[in-house]
Amino acid sequence: MTVTSPTKQSGGRPHENVLRLRGVSKRFGAVQALKDIELDVHQGEVVALVGDNGAGKSTLVKVLAGVHPPDSGEIEFEGRTVSIQSPTDSRDLGIATVYQDLALCDNLDVVSNLWLGQELTRGGTLDEVEMEQRSWSLLRELSAKIPSVRIAVASLSGGQRQTVAIARSLIGEPSIVILDEPTAALGVAQTAEVLNLVERLRERGHGVILISHNMADVMAVADRVVVLRLGRNNGTFRVSDVTSETIISAITGATDNAVTRRAAAKTAATPVPGDDLDEEPEA
Amino acid sequence: MSTTDRSGTDAPTNEPSTATGEQAQVLQAEYADLHDERLIQHKGVGGAIREFGNRVRGGDLGSLPVVIGLIIIWGVFQALNPVFLSPTNLVNLTLQMAATGTLALGVVLVLLLGEIDLSIGSVSGLSAAILAVTFVQLDWPLVVSILASIIAGMAIGLFYGLLYNRFGVPSFVITLAGLLGFLGLQLWVLGRTGSINIPFDSWIVQFAQQMFLPEWLAYTLVVLTAAAYAMQLWFTGRRRAAANLSSASPVSILLRAGAILVLLGIAVWYLNTGRGVSVMFVFFLALVVIMNFFLTRTGWGRSVYAVGGNVEAARRAGIRVKRIYLSVFMLCSTLAAVGGLMAAARLAAANQSSGGGDINLNAIAAAVIGGTSLFGGRGSAFSALLGILVIASIASGLTLLNLDSSVRFMVTGAVLLLAVIVDALSRRSRTASGRA
Repeated sequence: MTVTSPTKQSGGRPHENVLRLRGVSKRFGAVQALKDIELDVHQGEVVALVGDNGAGKSTLVKVLAGVHPPDSGEIEFEGRTVSIQSPTDSRDLGIATVYQDLALCDNLDVVSNLWLGQELTRGGTLDEVEMEQRSWSLLRELSAKIPSVRIAVASLSGGQRQTVAIARSLIGEPSIVILDEPTAALGVAQTAEVLNLVERLRERGHGVILISHNMADVMAVADRVVVLRLGRNNGTFRVSDVTSETIISAITGATDNAVTRRAAAKTAATPVPGDDLDEEPEA
Repeated sequence: MSTTDRSGTDAPTNEPSTATGEQAQVLQAEYADLHDERLIQHKGVGGAIREFGNRVRGGDLGSLPVVIGLIIIWGVFQALNPVFLSPTNLVNLTLQMAATGTLALGVVLVLLLGEIDLSIGSVSGLSAAILAVTFVQLDWPLVVSILASIIAGMAIGLFYGLLYNRFGVPSFVITLAGLLGFLGLQLWVLGRTGSINIPFDSWIVQFAQQMFLPEWLAYTLVVLTAAAYAMQLWFTGRRRAAANLSSASPVSILLRAGAILVLLGIAVWYLNTGRGVSVMFVFFLALVVIMNFFLTRTGWGRSVYAVGGNVEAARRAGIRVKRIYLSVFMLCSTLAAVGGLMAAARLAAANQSSGGGDINLNAIAAAVIGGTSLFGGRGSAFSALLGILVIASIASGLTLLNLDSSVRFMVTGAVLLLAVIVDALSRRSRTASGRA
């Protein structure tokens, strides 16, 4: 599908809403990990999910991935209200999650890793030819720089391994791809490689949820930024309208001090109004 | 893993710095899998050898250490006693190998998961005892006795698998308990008598001692094996070509199939100058080939390697990890039971020491010597064959030199130590050259 970069269309609604969370809450014993979370992801949109340690990013991802079912709240997927009770539910809906620890098998080659658990067979035996061919077309489409799909994953660089992990999540043609810290522990060139890949995902029409600590990465590829703080929404921003200082102050909760007020007044950057979310940042 | 395509030995050279532009262009137009300019490729037979050299230097030794070791062992024993490589002795070697080799095949499977089964000896002894008691003392039909033994083996594996999956107890401990427990069960099954002879005229004893392939059948099998191998390569090559992937040239297919034809042909001819090719040995070879097929060509086999490489990754990929553990423990114990039957048939008896002594550790040593990593995820069914060949050769050679079992134990121990060191060293060098 042809999708123009949504960063350039800050005005209109980008595309069809794929994922819509309303009032999602999750408690672990006495800890309220998530409280009334709202989140929207559209087709061909990269939503960055940011927040400090313990802000609830990982819990939210696990709710979407079916690892922890939410206690309350509503999840709408492609217009239907759904309940995600297990990782299988999540995968069957079309939500693919790429975890931080990549979970690749070092002893297997790229093709085997891409198709692991969903191998193509032909007459009961593995169809290596078909798998290899489709691996190549997928990697081409992502402009991935992998020299050979028949080398062990152990011999790939960090960025290439991340590419394999992300490519693997695309095998089932998911509507939503969740990337958990994809650029953590990567070098400059490798980070650029992964960010390019995120762009490819957007072009292919996937909705992407990108979890990152790195503001430069977020500003580089995201269309919108959703800030979590202490388990609650703490603002949604359109990347084109905002500076990283504003986002950082939303993350740290330092929105309401003299320094940030002055910075905000200078740049005149404000949260996007009317983006389905109430983005009054709370201090 | 090789840095070039598996079948790309005949692909034109395309090294980044030296490649002629035209050659690279042609190549890129042709194959979808040889696009990347960083890919180092070697051309022709010389290239294949150079590529093999690179792999060995990179620590991807495969079966090389064990083949070299085998050549050295055979050379030394032949020099010390010319009887060693005589057809008669080699035929005996094939007969001695089959039973323990079958146990080793099961061990290869559990090692691929990074687990271990220490009880294979006891299970094989129990299976021999069940065969002898039910067939000889209770007068069951032979087939029923055999089935009962094999089912007992499967049940033991099921038990291990369930324990492992339910409680997460290390397989080392579970099977150590099994080693003791099933040894006790074996003694209890055998009862007071302690030793039961299996009638010499029963077909299972005939199968293990007297049955040899007729010459024509042996040669036919060799030709069929080579033909099946060539056909398989050719069909894969055609499909790859149709899918715009690089494929093996007809010449290289012919060379490889020809090599198999010649090697197997010489082996059969040499054994036929003695008593011939033992049916039990062919049965063992068939088990190895079938196991290799399941490990390399099916989703189950891929899952076994994945679980051995990274359990968490396998689980997240949706592999039912518990089923894999269960199936592998069951297969290992079942193969141990089958091996026990073969050993009992070859002895024509089951007694209190069936499956005892060094059988247990020889089978485990064979799997490791053959090149299956103790760390999981790396190895092949053929390592059972190569490893048991080494161990049986040492035992046979030392017996021919009239050295007793004390020396045999020490030499086998030294060889095992050597194999484990080679495994650890090649692992280190794999990490350094990125082939881990």
